[in-house]
Amino acid sequence: MNTPAPSFFKAVFAIAHKDLAAEFRSRELLSAMLVFSMLVILIFNFALELDVKVRQSVTAGVLWTTFAFAGTLGLNRSMAVEKDRGCMDGLLLAPVDRSAIFFGKAISNLAFMLVVEAIVIPLYAMLYNETRIFQWEFLGVLLLGSIGYISVGTLLSAMSVQTRTRDVLLPILLFPVAVPVLLASVKASGGIVAGLPFEEILAPLNLLIVYDVIFLATSFMIFDYVVEE
Amino acid sequence: MIEVKKLVKRFGLKTILKGLDFIVQPGEFVALLGPNGAGKTTFLRILASLSRPSLGSVKVAGYSLPNESAKVRARLGVVSHMPLLYPDLTAEENLQFYARMYGLQDQASRITEVLGMVGLEARRKDLVRTFSRGMQQRLAIGRAIIHDPEVVLFDEPYTGLDQDASEMLDEVLRSVAAKGRTVVMTSHDLARAEDLATRFDVLTRGVISTSGTREDFKNSNLLDFYKKALEA
Repeated sequence: MNTPAPSFFKAVFAIAHKDLAAEFRSRELLSAMLVFSMLVILIFNFALELDVKVRQSVTAGVLWTTFAFAGTLGLNRSMAVEKDRGCMDGLLLAPVDRSAIFFGKAISNLAFMLVVEAIVIPLYAMLYNETRIFQWEFLGVLLLGSIGYISVGTLLSAMSVQTRTRDVLLPILLFPVAVPVLLASVKASGGIVAGLPFEEILAPLNLLIVYDVIFLATSFMIFDYVVEE
Repeated sequence: MIEVKKLVKRFGLKTILKGLDFIVQPGEFVALLGPNGAGKTTFLRILASLSRPSLGSVKVAGYSLPNESAKVRARLGVVSHMPLLYPDLTAEENLQFYARMYGLQDQASRITEVLGMVGLEARRKDLVRTFSRGMQQRLAIGRAIIHDPEVVLFDEPYTGLDQDASEMLDEVLRSVAAKGRTVVMTSHDLARAEDLATRFDVLTRGVISTSGTREDFKNSNLLDFYKKALEA
């Protein structure tokens, strides 16, 4: 059979669709991320003395801490599913540029993280009586921060999954590398919640966009070498 | 169809393959035998473009590795002892996923054809996690031949299968070979290898030490041929 080479975008879509369909059935990954996020939000709620001023200053930090840890759970699990059943070999055997695997996995990981954020944000608003997070600007920063975090996280999880200590190794590798994204996200979203003028959040926002582009481009270029034996 | 010259594979300071030469003609069914740790799986992973050779040249279906690996992968199917299937997807969804990854045109009819070949048409809507090991391995073969590859590599396909499942797998392997595909299979099951293959190569100490056909042991059996090869 003469099979034409699959298009890059069709392969990306196939991988993301496969991950979403499998997760829709098992709900293992999303339920773990959600339960973890809710527990973290609750613990912060009890642990912090929250008057109005304090609440304003911790909102971005609490939310991004929660999303970063929950995201790590998802990233670990998403790659482990491929590795443990040898399915990563199945992906690598496809006659398609291997960066398609990166983008497919990154899109599904991003979708999982956005679902968790969509559920956690209203919960946070309810528990902390904080409605200023329902702003388009805040949600935009959330999206940009998630893209940066997931792109570097997907790359590093492909590395760490090859090791026996992958559960421990991923956060150790990921958090130092993701510091610029997390800091910029906290600064920008904190500024929006505090009602700062746009000019004052422009610097962290620009940093966030630059890091998103750098992480995506770097991952695109080196993913092939990361997954190669 | 497969042409390997002076292949060397090193992992750090350890050299696994030491100048291996290997040629397979189109339509041949080669059983690659050898003790544990001889480098059979490493060799098959290089042929499958999952691992890079340290030295030497490797050509599969006329394309050289690793430079033309995407072209090789389009013409190659691989079955290992791991089924490379997603347990939370149905048999049909698994094949559909791989059909998309290979850019097949008429996916629905090809999936039906392949499910029929491996005897799983009645279970097409069932989740793979509900399948027995034998059924998973049959579906794994379906996955490997979904794009009708010219070359199929089997790495210990009988691992973990009971007698009935192994016999069913025999039938599927025969039908794969009967289509004129070139097959390379590693196995420790000499009886099955003798039954299925047309050529027998023994990999020891990082090279193919002995190669022969049934004619070479018509007065004895494959076990004697294999023992002699190990002693040589």
